Amino acid sequence: MKRQMLKLGEIELELHESGAGAPLLFLHSGSGFVADHAFVALLAERHRVVAPAHPGFGYSTLPDWLDSIDDIAHVYLELLDRLDLQRVTLVGASIGGWIAAEMATKSPERFDKLALIGPVGVKTGGAKQLDIPDIFAHPVEALDRMRFHDPAKAKIDLTKLSEEEMRIIARNNETLALLVWEPYMHNPKLKHRLHRLTMPVLFMRGASDGLVSAEYLERYAKLVPGARIATIAEAGHLPHIEQPKAFAAAMAAFLGPIPGQGA
Amino acid sequence: MRAWHFSENAYPFLPPQDQFESIRVTLPNRVYDPKKGAELYDRFLREWQIAEEEGVNIMLNEHHQTATCVDPAAPLVLAALARLTHKARLLILGNPIANRRQPVRVAEEMALIDVLSKGRLEAGFVRGVPTEILPANSNPVRMNERHWEALDLIVQAWTSNDGPTSFEGRFFHHRNINIWPRPYQSPHPPIWVSTTSAGGASQVGAHGYIQATFLTGFKGTPAIYDSYRKGWRDAGKGKDVPVDRLAYAAMVYVGDSDAKARAGAEKLLWYITANKVSPWFRNPAGYSPVAANVKMMLGDAAGGGFGNFGGNMTVDSAVANGTMFYGTPDKVFEQIKTFYHHVGGFGNLLLMGQAGHLDHEDTVHGIRMFAREVYPRLQQEFPDSAISGRDVAAAE
Repeated sequence: MKRQMLKLGEIELELHESGAGAPLLFLHSGSGFVADHAFVALLAERHRVVAPAHPGFGYSTLPDWLDSIDDIAHVYLELLDRLDLQRVTLVGASIGGWIAAEMATKSPERFDKLALIGPVGVKTGGAKQLDIPDIFAHPVEALDRMRFHDPAKAKIDLTKLSEEEMRIIARNNETLALLVWEPYMHNPKLKHRLHRLTMPVLFMRGASDGLVSAEYLERYAKLVPGARIATIAEAGHLPHIEQPKAFAAAMAAFLGPIPGQGA
Repeated sequence: MRAWHFSENAYPFLPPQDQFESIRVTLPNRVYDPKKGAELYDRFLREWQIAEEEGVNIMLNEHHQTATCVDPAAPLVLAALARLTHKARLLILGNPIANRRQPVRVAEEMALIDVLSKGRLEAGFVRGVPTEILPANSNPVRMNERHWEALDLIVQAWTSNDGPTSFEGRFFHHRNINIWPRPYQSPHPPIWVSTTSAGGASQVGAHGYIQATFLTGFKGTPAIYDSYRKGWRDAGKGKDVPVDRLAYAAMVYVGDSDAKARAGAEKLLWYITANKVSPWFRNPAGYSPVAANVKMMLGDAAGGGFGNFGGNMTVDSAVANGTMFYGTPDKVFEQIKTFYHHVGGFGNLLLMGQAGHLDHEDTVHGIRMFAREVYPRLQQEFPDSAISGRDVAAAE
């Protein structure tokens, strides 16, 4: 795994790369990118995986003007230009899925396939109920149960963290609040643009996801022509982290044979 | 020294604490009986009038979706007070402008009250406590930046008197600013800002606004005042910081006997003990700086945990740490004097003089005992012309 800082406009972006082959841009969820997670190596068996830490997450800087998911979509379109990636596979989890959906509506021609894992970003239900439970109004224990099939896996042992790791957690949380606060977890415009997605699109969800419900995902997927839905058993909001093998198998089934290697 | 009677207009008729999760944000308003609430407003307004009759000034504040302070639109109550009173200064501390979408509207409300009261308004501005975030639906990140930009815009609205001006800032945009009425006081009402952090105080000092700090005690207050004085001097406002630029809010109860004072003080402690709030509302993501959150995590890792805000506080510990002054007049005078010298001097004492189940009669007793037996001595001992920080400098 290669890690570098890349300057994009005013932003210093933390960028991870591993593997070889057709490029795949992976966009992390609100808890940040951890290169050691098993799913990264599994994706890298078939792809050149490019994974930035979003502005304000990890070591990536956050400029004063940046305050929305849409802003990050623009930053990453610039990233693709900089890396000279004309056509990539795009994969995003949770808010990373939201960023991916925004990018794909702006430049659909740049993405051969799009996979959205427990994505947020659209409002599909009625005005009097939140589509996504309010992550800022629940105790940690309840959030852990929403995020993981096995909440024990969510537990962070603070005594094993360095101050630097604590700083990153606190900063990730801060940036997450900045980005998703209002409108909560969605861009009202996005659903009116999703018909532009002409590439194959997979919506994926952990069967025990307490944040992105099955109904929400179905309504989201219906906005995208021809989208498919896959469900990962015994996984919560982050199936790529909780069930990396099942996640990788579902991705392989969606992405098909490795380009250039035949069937 | 100027004194201000402050009441949060709490609604104390609540179920036992173990029957609800949080007194703020989530406690259903079914618990609130509007008929009892109406009687409470009658009473609290009357207590402010009595404070005025006794020569004490008036202070009120604003919170939302909480039983601890049923004053979610403080300018409305202030407008009523502008007509019910005639001489007291009227301090709102304050307008939560990082949570208000239209600073120009706030400028209009304040100007209107200043005119209604014939120039008695003292306009305070606060960032707002963490539990205000969800009720206001306000983004907890960059609040400080929003607060200061909003305040700049408000001052512009007050002081631009020659036709429309415009404002295109980072957070607020307004193409036509030309408020009617303009403030009664010229160029505008005195501005107060509350903060409990040293960093914030230096910014308030640089502007020369009046700095108020709440319940920061012997331990926290000196650094805040030092920082204010440094901010003031660094901004070129002169070497001497007048004491009237600084304010301190404490729970205060004066009784005509030790027993009476103690009983009142115990009831005042409701401020602290009733404040049962869920941890995830006390520290919403992004509200506190990253460094402060790291400190909390280090505390948690060491087995500290958040604890309940002041949950273990007693009257005795509150007096010992400088968050409460209570007793017979002599004792209260001595307590305030000790505190005054410890922090280097301040010119405004904000008296948290009513809380929870402290009833009308006892509240009025406390106001009158303070006003008649303590306040004149404070005014004599600590003139408004004094310079803050002299004691500290002399001790160094």
